[in-house]
Amino acid sequence: MKLPPDLRQELPAIARRAPVVLGLNTAVALLMWHFMEHRRLDEQLVNVHAIGVTSWLLIDVGRFFFGQPGSPDRMGHGWRKLLFLAFGIVTGYIAGTLVSDAYSGRSTWALLRQAPDAFLSLAGLSLLIGSAIVYFFYTRGELQYHRAQAEAAHREALETQLKLLESQLEPHMLFNTLANLRALIALDPPRAQAMLDRMIAFLRATLNASRTELHPLRLEFERLADYLELMRIRMGDRLATRLELPPACAGLPVPPLLLQPLVENAIKHGLEPCVDGGRVEVSAALDGDRLVLRVRDTGVGLPHPTPAADGDGFGLDQVRRRLSTMYGGRATLRLVPADDAAGGTLAEIRLPLSPTPPEA
Amino acid sequence: MHATALIAEDEPLLAAALAAELQRLWPELQVVATVGHGAAAVEQALALRPDICFLDIRMPGQNGIEAAQALAEDWPDDAGTGAPFPLIVFVTAYEQYALQAFQAAAVDYVLKPVDPARLAQTCARLRSRLAQRAGTGQPLEAAVAQLRALLQAPGLAPAGAEPLQVIQAGVGQAIHMVPVTEVICFEAADKYVRVLTAEREYLIRTSLRELLPRLDPQQFWLVHRGVVVRATAIEAAVRDETGKLRLHLRGRPERPVVSRIHAHRFRPM
Repeated sequence: MKLPPDLRQELPAIARRAPVVLGLNTAVALLMWHFMEHRRLDEQLVNVHAIGVTSWLLIDVGRFFFGQPGSPDRMGHGWRKLLFLAFGIVTGYIAGTLVSDAYSGRSTWALLRQAPDAFLSLAGLSLLIGSAIVYFFYTRGELQYHRAQAEAAHREALETQLKLLESQLEPHMLFNTLANLRALIALDPPRAQAMLDRMIAFLRATLNASRTELHPLRLEFERLADYLELMRIRMGDRLATRLELPPACAGLPVPPLLLQPLVENAIKHGLEPCVDGGRVEVSAALDGDRLVLRVRDTGVGLPHPTPAADGDGFGLDQVRRRLSTMYGGRATLRLVPADDAAGGTLAEIRLPLSPTPPEA
Repeated sequence: MHATALIAEDEPLLAAALAAELQRLWPELQVVATVGHGAAAVEQALALRPDICFLDIRMPGQNGIEAAQALAEDWPDDAGTGAPFPLIVFVTAYEQYALQAFQAAAVDYVLKPVDPARLAQTCARLRSRLAQRAGTGQPLEAAVAQLRALLQAPGLAPAGAEPLQVIQAGVGQAIHMVPVTEVICFEAADKYVRVLTAEREYLIRTSLRELLPRLDPQQFWLVHRGVVVRATAIEAAVRDETGKLRLHLRGRPERPVVSRIHAHRFRPM
């Protein structure tokens, strides 16, 4: 028989649940035996184990055969899941009762005819205990699922930070900046010192960006100014810059270095290929209850029909991922050809004035 | 020893620093031009005929390696008239692949930030090669061989995207789908590439540089920095009266010139 592949993956976890199920069954059997004196201990054990194990296997293994494919635990959501669990409990009760009747030589179904009240209380008790055990596993599973989700989100955040660090400390950028710094030390020491200060501020921001959630837009613009100044020293008059931050926006919170990859792209893919260079403009504006951030260059423009794959793999999708982690679906990023005579590319982020509170 | 040099570097400070460092290490070396991109380097080098070219690898437009290639292809073939091919030194920031390629091709290179000790070694090597050159000549052949090795070195070419099956050429309002199997020749023309088939020709807004990694090098041969020809469409390679090697194509009247870098492909078996 061929097992479904996801069942095969789940087998170790199912096996780990076996001793828990058997232990719970044994405890329930001992309690029932203690309070209901008309049964022998072995019969009681067989009865509870038969019902418990059958229900458990029906639910825990059965979900892979006739559950709902696509849902994380293969049991669907809401009433579907409840129905599936109820089916497992009831079917398990019936099958388990047949097994234990065969063992003890008694007939539970005869009891149903002779003393319906007694049967009902017995069956009800079994079903209640079964439900309690299932509920215990159900909540544990939910808890684990949410914990896994939270862990995945955390991992993603860490990965983002690491990528951000990596891109900022990319050897080529560092070596080129240091080479310029070395040249300046000989040619113009005060300017070299100013450049070094910018570099230190920029590197510090990079390290801090991986630790803070949000910082005011004013600081974001200051760091971009540092970065652009470093690039201006390198590119000379091939790079013109303009930063526009209205006072109304200066205090608004944004994820640190959110715009950094966009500015880097504007220079690397927009201006660097241009022999004459061009201009990078970064601006912020309020549009109703949205903050609009624009990074625009007058470079070569977007690659036509086939956008080249981003060589360093860090850029737009990274910005998108950060936005969706922080703002859910309420923030957007679009990249379009700039619509004026100067040409080039415009990257525009629209985001709400405050981040989405994480779902409890 | 007196000599002239050209510096091609897109970052002005680094160009100034290299010039200052050279001035200190080799006072008789005269920097005759400092340019910021590859095309200007080729133009100035052809005009001024310096003894040495320092070429930055990463420059806008043509990069350093492309500039060296263009220079080798366009250098006048007048051996003995006192304009020998310049000695080429590549300048690069840390780039692992580039370094491996340079070592494989045995070309001279300088790392950024420029280390004075290393630059002094380079200058010593350049001096001795210039002294040798005065006696022998033929530096162009050596340079071509080195460039050829450099172009074939792994790591320098961009990773090939999936091979092209169809060329999508805009003609008026329509997009013509031209199977690559029908293409005889690609020819760079400014910002466009001419695509020649037996029936007609198209213009596409892609550079040959972007196109090249997506063509099968077994089927399509680069014969000049601006020309790629389907190998099976070549009928003959013939030297014309000016000594240039020209290709006769099946089904096209064009006679593309083979550059000296790629001439080695056309030898009798």
